[in-house]
Amino acid sequence: MIRVENLTKKFGELTAVDGVSFEVKEGEIFAFLGPNGAGKTTTIKMLTTLLQPTSGTLELDGLDPRKKQNEVRKLFGIVFQDPSLDIDLTAYENMELHGVFYHVPRKARIERTKALLEKFELWDRRNERVKQFSGGMKRRLEIARGLLHSPKVLFLDEPTLGLDPQTRNQLWTHVKYLNETEQTTVFLTTHYMDEADRVANRIAIIDHGKIVAMGSSQELKAQTGTASLEEAFLALTGSTIRDERADAADPLRQMAKMWSNNRR
Amino acid sequence: MSAIYILWLRDLRRYTRSRSQVVASLGQPILYIVALGFGLGPVFQRAGEGSYLQFMAPGVISMTLLFTSVFSGIGLLWDRQFGFLKETLVAPVPRVYIMIGRTLGGATIAVIQATLVVVVCLIAGFRPSALTSLPLAFVLMLLIAFVFAALGVAIGSSLQDMQGFQLVMNFLVMPIYFLSGALFPLNNLPGGLAVATRIDPLAYGVDALRGAFIGRSYFTISFDVMLLAAVAVLFLAVGRRMFEKIEV
Repeated sequence: MIRVENLTKKFGELTAVDGVSFEVKEGEIFAFLGPNGAGKTTTIKMLTTLLQPTSGTLELDGLDPRKKQNEVRKLFGIVFQDPSLDIDLTAYENMELHGVFYHVPRKARIERTKALLEKFELWDRRNERVKQFSGGMKRRLEIARGLLHSPKVLFLDEPTLGLDPQTRNQLWTHVKYLNETEQTTVFLTTHYMDEADRVANRIAIIDHGKIVAMGSSQELKAQTGTASLEEAFLALTGSTIRDERADAADPLRQMAKMWSNNRR
Repeated sequence: MSAIYILWLRDLRRYTRSRSQVVASLGQPILYIVALGFGLGPVFQRAGEGSYLQFMAPGVISMTLLFTSVFSGIGLLWDRQFGFLKETLVAPVPRVYIMIGRTLGGATIAVIQATLVVVVCLIAGFRPSALTSLPLAFVLMLLIAFVFAALGVAIGSSLQDMQGFQLVMNFLVMPIYFLSGALFPLNNLPGGLAVATRIDPLAYGVDALRGAFIGRSYFTISFDVMLLAAVAVLFLAVGRRMFEKIEV
């Protein structure tokens, strides 16, 4: 379903993704693990037509995201790592917008919106503006929205960041369910090793833009001679703490925070 | 198509929810009408050009159209900021639809806002020469708003941060306004300024509106309309190129 060969992305001097190759089969749950700044999100952005790779080939269901952008966009759904909601709209309106974008028929859209908002306990607050939501609620809405249409491939970029265990559990149960009933291929990144251990069929560990190990959780543990995935991860990537490079949007984000009271 | 509609609706919803913005953006036009309209009125009169309020009201209406539509286009920058842009960019909708949806949304808001300013002008004593010309004026307002909303989207697609926004404001939007003849007649201008006003697309918008409202235009309305339509096509084409290239 996903095929990536020698994928490289450079931002000026910095090589964010450095000759990465992997393959994800249809109906597989594939996890990308790596420290901050390892190149996980950049890889997802290239697969989801948001970034142009510097070199290498990539394919989604046999289509090249660089050339067949619109066809590829029809294939996947994504939950982003950072916020992507319209905070001036209500929760319901955000769902509506997404449903229209993804050509979900009106009736199905209304039913699914209700089911998902109930599942993630947002139904009672559906007519409130997202602006007034707490961080966790926003996150839940992002996830509910990402699940509104049924894509062939689901990208989840650190979906559980900042979520309570209950919601995490809901999410992974639902993802597993989708994977089993609709053969949805899932590509996820996370910092929580237990999640990867629980849901992923195969795991790739990426560091400094390169894949350092790939295999099932069992294989990775065997390969490093460790007892848990967490230990295997640390054995493979070392224990130094990484800093993510600030991107161009960061200063802007601060500015927006400063002005958010008197804007609009 | 439904994507265009839902994006248009989104802009409208956001607009109707920000009442303070609606009121705030009436401040500047009112200031122009009061300070300049009444302040420069006597001088204008003595120069034999008639009532300055009559003359400048279409200019102030154009100003509202320009600012509101360009800003709503630049709203793209906020969407980039708050992340919503990503949601639209990965959607299986041709980017040109997204761009058109935004442009129409911005243009609609600008026309609503400008209509409020028309009312303010009427209260201040502005009198259109004939009521029958109001529908024409309304259509012209739509056209002007569309041109500059398209420009705003083109700019918004190419900007990365707020510093760039200031640059655009001071070196593009303000000059477009001040060189448009919104505040002074286009005849008998010194050479350089005359050229500058000719290449300012808003000059033709102001001219057409003035023609429709008070029957006084420097060019002809039909010429203004053709030129604005051509500029709209150009801005849309540029905006499309810019928008297709966005990476986040």
